[in-house]
Amino acid sequence: MYVAVKGGAEAIANSLQLLAQTRRGDPQAADLGVAQIREQLGLAVDRVMAEGALYDRELAALALKQACGDVQEAVFLLRAYRTTLPRFGYARAVDTQAMAVRRRISATYKDLPGGQVLGPSFDYTQRLLDFQLLADGEAPAAPEDAEDPVAPTMPGVLQHLDRDGLIEPSPADDATETPADVTRAPVTYPAGRDTWLQMLARGDEGYLLALAYSTQRGYGNAHPFAGEIRLGEVAVGFVPEELGFEVEIAEVTLTECQMINQFQGSEAAPPQFTRGYGLTFGHNERKAMSMALVDRALRSRELGEQLVAPAQDQEFVLAHSDNVEASGFVQHLKLPHYVDFQSELVMLRELRRRFHESRYTREAAE
Amino acid sequence: MSAHADSLAAAQTVEGYNFAYLDEQTKRMIRRSLLKAVAIPGYQVPFASREMPLPYGWGTGGIQVTASILGACDTLKVIDQGADDTTNAVNIRAFFARTAGVATTTRTEEASVIQTRHRIPETPLTDQQILVYQVPIPEPLRWLEPRERETRMLHALGEYGLMQVSLYEDIAQHGRIAKTYNYPVQVSGGYIMAPSPIPKFDNPKLHRNPALQLFGAGREKRIYAVPPYTDVRSLDFDDYPFDVEHWDTACALCGATDSYLDEIVTDDAGGRRYVCSDSDYCDRRRQAGDTGAAR
Repeated sequence: MYVAVKGGAEAIANSLQLLAQTRRGDPQAADLGVAQIREQLGLAVDRVMAEGALYDRELAALALKQACGDVQEAVFLLRAYRTTLPRFGYARAVDTQAMAVRRRISATYKDLPGGQVLGPSFDYTQRLLDFQLLADGEAPAAPEDAEDPVAPTMPGVLQHLDRDGLIEPSPADDATETPADVTRAPVTYPAGRDTWLQMLARGDEGYLLALAYSTQRGYGNAHPFAGEIRLGEVAVGFVPEELGFEVEIAEVTLTECQMINQFQGSEAAPPQFTRGYGLTFGHNERKAMSMALVDRALRSRELGEQLVAPAQDQEFVLAHSDNVEASGFVQHLKLPHYVDFQSELVMLRELRRRFHESRYTREAAE
Repeated sequence: MSAHADSLAAAQTVEGYNFAYLDEQTKRMIRRSLLKAVAIPGYQVPFASREMPLPYGWGTGGIQVTASILGACDTLKVIDQGADDTTNAVNIRAFFARTAGVATTTRTEEASVIQTRHRIPETPLTDQQILVYQVPIPEPLRWLEPRERETRMLHALGEYGLMQVSLYEDIAQHGRIAKTYNYPVQVSGGYIMAPSPIPKFDNPKLHRNPALQLFGAGREKRIYAVPPYTDVRSLDFDDYPFDVEHWDTACALCGATDSYLDEIVTDDAGGRRYVCSDSDYCDRRRQAGDTGAAR
């Protein structure tokens, strides 16, 4: 007899119950606290905040817990929450020059005003598993204070080049112009740099990493130097209409990357260095550097360079950067497609019938 | 379409969220896009699609359209592959039952709003109904030209030679137009439109349908529409006229010979039977005493 092949409400309810049980895992192991995730899986939290486009460490940690540690699922949860929040205005552009720096390095100068501040980083570790962490970890001691404390603010590295005109000037800080908002208006192509920087900031880290990598391997014409990478806290200012002056509403952790790239010059512009820019929520140097490389690649058209590589193709890069969109659409293939598949079956059988008929006719004629 | 007052009057079913999930400003933005879409049949109106709590590709466009037009007095039907009981249809129907508290139904003629993926119901619709399609790729020219900048220009100029050539190439290669679903149509003699991945069997139902047909593509951020009683022509050639799928058999459950059939594999020895994809249509016929078993 005909068996029901279509699912139902009961099956869904059971699946949800199984998911909840799987998420908790073995109840013998202690339940993972959101505070533990926030404090001890901080880089995962930072990534979820960056791609989820919402600065809230607590909710990002919650999302990670709910998503069983699946970062993209956590990003999705945070986005679906973010989208329901009312928009009451736009903050002033943050001033990363005024950042309270915890880490600031430059690959273009051995030493420079403010010095190289290493801060917390995996860069100087040997990747050996630390089996001591298998046992209960004791809180490590803080390092001794440096003899020269880190300057409260640190001038950007690129201004040393700026002074001599060796690098293109940074675009004017036009505070009167409201930047594009990709969450409130659909993106149309060609998109401006404000639009694409937003999209890259929300974009999938792995995708941007691969694109950035491709520009270093000959797909594109990148000759980049990491001019400056800085990590630290900046104040977020907001001007409420009813007050008319700026108030500080938050402090956020940001990672900024200023990439310096060669430029051969054109008829209109002399040879000089050009900029690629990356900025992310939290501590995320891989993402910030990738973003800076891809930003520079996307500027190829404006700089009159030949467009030959995928990373320079604006529609290709931007339309596929969002992992919530990409993950949803790829996985929608799990949804039933019986109807379309049936349509294809009918067509395929007809085409095959014709194929065999015509061959039979041919053979009979021979 | 529902009045604003309807939405406000309805009790909030899920705490912390507005009636039908979306905030009223977003709904207004979407309704404006819908009005534009109805005014320019077949034209893809860009809209500021929101992230939804369901994944992209799973009906976020259709859900946003439905959320924007739904009023407290509406009765909603949701189908996927023609059936009310497929997992995604169950999920979306439950979403609106939770967030809007509207009445839901599986009976086509009882629904004022029907959200669908991949099918048009077999039961003819009336001018009191709205059919909301979930659309994965709204651009019919996408497979011929991937770039938005180019396809927008082609639509603006009515330059559809590419599409004609693609259909012709099918004929040259296969002796027929080999498109089976998402079969391109021309709306009111103007824009070429993707009818969403409905089988071409359903294309004739698009034509002069009394119901308002709205199409939502969430990930691609586009809305388009076919107003009631609008001409919708499936593209073809004079010597290769448009044709739909045919089966040599009737539905094994209700005996229908006029409905789209799903193929059910019954054993691992090649046994199969065919049943209506439209579960409501099939149920109603069986209730009325029709049976496939006798045939």
